[in-house]
Formats: sequence, C-alpha cells, structure tokens
Amino acid sequence: MTIRVLRPGLLMTVQDLGRHGHQHVGLCPGGAMDPISLTLANALVGNEPGAAALEITVLGPDLEFTRDTLIALVGAEFESDIPLNRPVLVAAGSHVSISRAARGARGYLACAGGIAVPEVLGSRSTYIPGAFGGLEGRVLKRADVLPLAENAEQLSRERYEQLKNKRATSVRWSVPPFTVPDREPIVLHAIDGEHFADFDANMQRVFYDTVWRVTPDSNRMGYRLGGPALARAKTDEILSGPTALGSVQVPANGVPIALMADHQTTGGYPRIAEIASADVPRLAQIAPGGTVHFARCGLDMAAELRNDMRNRLQTVLRGIAWEYGK
Amino acid sequence: MAKLAPHGAVPLGDCAVNVEFSKTLDLEVNYAVQRLAAMVHGRALPWVRDVVPALGGLAIHFDPDHADVHGDAMSAALNAVSECLKQGLPKIDQVARTVEVPVCYEAEFAPDLTEVAATAKVTPDEAVALHAGSEFRVLMIGFAPGHAYMGGLSPKLAVPRRAAPRPIVPAGSVAIANDQTVVYPYAISGGWNIIGRTPLAVFDAEREEPSLFAAGDRVRFKPISRAEFLKQSK
Repeated sequence: MTIRVLRPGLLMTVQDLGRHGHQHVGLCPGGAMDPISLTLANALVGNEPGAAALEITVLGPDLEFTRDTLIALVGAEFESDIPLNRPVLVAAGSHVSISRAARGARGYLACAGGIAVPEVLGSRSTYIPGAFGGLEGRVLKRADVLPLAENAEQLSRERYEQLKNKRATSVRWSVPPFTVPDREPIVLHAIDGEHFADFDANMQRVFYDTVWRVTPDSNRMGYRLGGPALARAKTDEILSGPTALGSVQVPANGVPIALMADHQTTGGYPRIAEIASADVPRLAQIAPGGTVHFARCGLDMAAELRNDMRNRLQTVLRGIAWEYGK
Repeated sequence: MAKLAPHGAVPLGDCAVNVEFSKTLDLEVNYAVQRLAAMVHGRALPWVRDVVPALGGLAIHFDPDHADVHGDAMSAALNAVSECLKQGLPKIDQVARTVEVPVCYEAEFAPDLTEVAATAKVTPDEAVALHAGSEFRVLMIGFAPGHAYMGGLSPKLAVPRRAAPRPIVPAGSVAIANDQTVVYPYAISGGWNIIGRTPLAVFDAEREEPSLFAAGDRVRFKPISRAEFLKQSK
C-alpha cells in the first residue's frame, strides 16, 4: 500500500516526534515543527502520537492513494478537496489535492498505521541537512512513492467502522487546530536569555516592543525575524554554548534567529531570549511574511502555558477517543 | 585545578538548563565538564532527554512534565549535577578514547596547504608533520552532527580563518584555524583552511555509533597516500 506524489507542493517531508538522545554528538531532535497538530492528526486516524506523517508547508501537494486509506489533515487551513481536521476515508485510486494555506503554515497528513519508511536512530523524521530519515533523507518530489503499513487498508476500514457519527466518507465534527493563529501578530512568551543583560535597556525595550516579521529565508532550522537591528552593548566574544529549541540568538548583523526543530545544538551567538516551549508550535504555524511579538515571562508562566496546552490537547484527545467508542 | 563548581545555572527555556563552569575556554574545566556530562548521562534519568557538554558548561535537556520528576525539573537537574560532583568525577583514562583518523594531505584534497605553510613559514611537508604529529582533543561537538572542535594544534600552524568562507567544503575535509582543527562531516560551507581529507564518514546515521568523535576523545591524524584514500573511500 502506498501514496504516490503527483505534485509535491512547496516543502513536504516525512516527520514524527523526532529523535532525542543524540544532541551530545551534535544531532538535534528534529521532528514535526508543530508536534501538537501531528499528535491530533495521528489521533484522528487512530494512531499513536508519534506515528510518521507528512509535514506539508504553505503550499500543499496532490496525492494519489492506491487503496482505501483513512487520513486526516490537521494544522494550517489549507484549501483542499478533503475536509480538514477530521478523519476522512479516501477510496482506492482517488486523488487528494491540497493547495494554498489560507491561515497557518504547516499541515500534518496522517494515515492509519503511519508512513512506513524505515526508522533511523529511533525516528522516521527527515533530517534534511544530514540527508537521512524520511524517504531517502530528502524533501519529497513528484513521482515519489511512500510506503504505508502493510495492513493499512484493513486498519483504515476497521477504524472508520468504529467511528460513531459519520457520513459516507467523513464525520460531522472536527478538532480545533489550536496552534494556528486567529490573527497576527501572535504573542510569543519568552524567558530572558543568558545574554539578555548584555543588551542595554533601550535594546531590551526594542526587542519586546517590536512587531517582528518572519523573513523568507526562515526554515526548519531557524526563523529569522526582520525588524530593527539589535546591537549588543558588550563586544567580547561569547564562548560557544548549548542552545535549545526556541532559543533566540542575535548574530552580529542584529537580525534575531529563533531556533526551530532542526536547530544547531551549540552556538556562539548571544541568546537574548528563550521562547516558552508551549509557544514554539504556534511560531511554527507562522508563514514567511507573518508577524510575531514577544511578551516577557518567567518559568512559572511558561509552565502554566505548557499545562494549559496539555490540558486542551488531552480534552480533544479524549473527545476523539469517545468518537471511536473508547 | 580548583574544585569544579558551577558559577551559574541559566534556564535554556523551560525544557533545559545550561550549567556553566567557565565563560572562557579553560582546557581543564572543559575536560572536567566532559567527564561530568558522561557521569550525568550515565545516571540514565528517565526524564532527561539529552546531556550536552559544550566548551565551558553543559546543558541538560529534560521533559519538565515527566511523571518521574518530583517538584521542578530544573532543580532536579541541578541536584543531579551536584550529586555527581560530590561523588567525584571519573579519572580521565576511564573515559577518553583515542581515535585515529587517516588523512590524505596531497594537493588534490588540500587546497589551502601551500598558503598555510607559507603563512607559518614552513614547508608543506613540515606543516603536515606538525599536524599529524600532534595529539588533539575534542573540546566540543556542535555546528553539525559529528562536527568536532579539536584543540591541540601546534602554535606554529596557528593561522586565521579564511577571509571569505567557501560555499561548499567537501565532506571529510580536515581544516585548521587559530589553535584548532575540525573535520567537516558533510559538504557544507566553511571558512577554515583545508589541509587534507579523510575517507572516513564523520557522521553516519546507519552506523551503530553514528558519530566518529565524542567530546573528550583524543584524536591523532595519520597521513595516507592518495591510493590508500581511494581504497578506503570504497
């Protein structure tokens, strides 16, 4: 059983929840830029949260499904001929066309049983810089054939059968894609970075007052933020130190970079801020040209945001389980 | 060395903490940090995702909401560090490996060797002998998977980085700048002076140990001929 890529869209890769435990040899965890949407997409087709799915960016693909397949597309509001944010049973031989994202930047297309590419270092995620994981370690292109689980057709039918409130090929309900912005700029909560005090009071104010624009050269490694150049008061060299998902670095040119899923594990640029982990998937839903601003917060607030996100996710996951009669 | 004591613990967001021991490169501190990282890693705490030694400190990445974390994860991470320090770090020889890296220093693979030799006022052969005759130590892995920053370069070969970085440096290129040497794991852009190339894969995700180097490793470079290089590149 397979999915055939008829048109690849802008940037489509296979992603799961990433590979932890290798940062000491310079390999970041990677995985879905928006793991919340991936988790929802997987739940909608009855998968575990970490099953591999297609990460679709800004402009979606045309896909052909060789057999009956239960799928769900969650995340950005793509124009598509399938309904979003719900389980959909696509018939053997049918084509699914996903075009522009009207809102948000990334969608996750999950299939019952997951995308069956081999695991590399414990994950099926595509790591583009290292050319491994996913399908041949690369961005998907036209005529690619993605393997699905051997029993995917059976799983698809069985699971669709279990759903309570359904119509011919889908259901009447949908899940809220709560990482996708209603309006911009979005607020990103940020903790002071290690080098925050190296910036003078005026620069600190500029950082928190500016509406930053995500530049076109942003990618899975980092989001560059266009706005006023940030100058650090101190000029001494910084010893290369560890970085994390959501670290905001300021290189010499003054253009801040927010580190995303495929980030470097260490870096020698000053870190002005660290984005609260609950807000990173929301940043991943901002397309180039989109806007963000920062709100200063502490660790307590970051924990509260995390708990809030987790509670909302659990509530939705319980709702999905109920629809499956569990 | 005076007793190793952290002078700061800085949150790296809400899922990691950076425990700092020195803000400047101190080789003794660096080595201690690597042994400490190995020790913290060895505790295999279920809520710890990664322990990353850097030049002057180490990061502990964790799942703050893991069921096994009692109280707050950042304090728990710092406790783990102080417990390891109290217990005492392992001896250097118990953790350090020696990695031998075959390198072909012939002109085809060493576009900057002549210039480096001229700057250092030695012959290219002498430059090779200086590089291959030194023992290096991996100070940190970063920038890309398996990309090791190694200290121990002869001061005679201390040349600055190139003014204009090359857009693509071939994978396996062995390069020097200032007091360090690196081996490029992938074909990526880089500004270091290329003096040779190894046929070994620096990072291979399919290998049992994907990274050729780990922080703290001792490294020696062994000159090989072009023929040997081609044979080993398979």
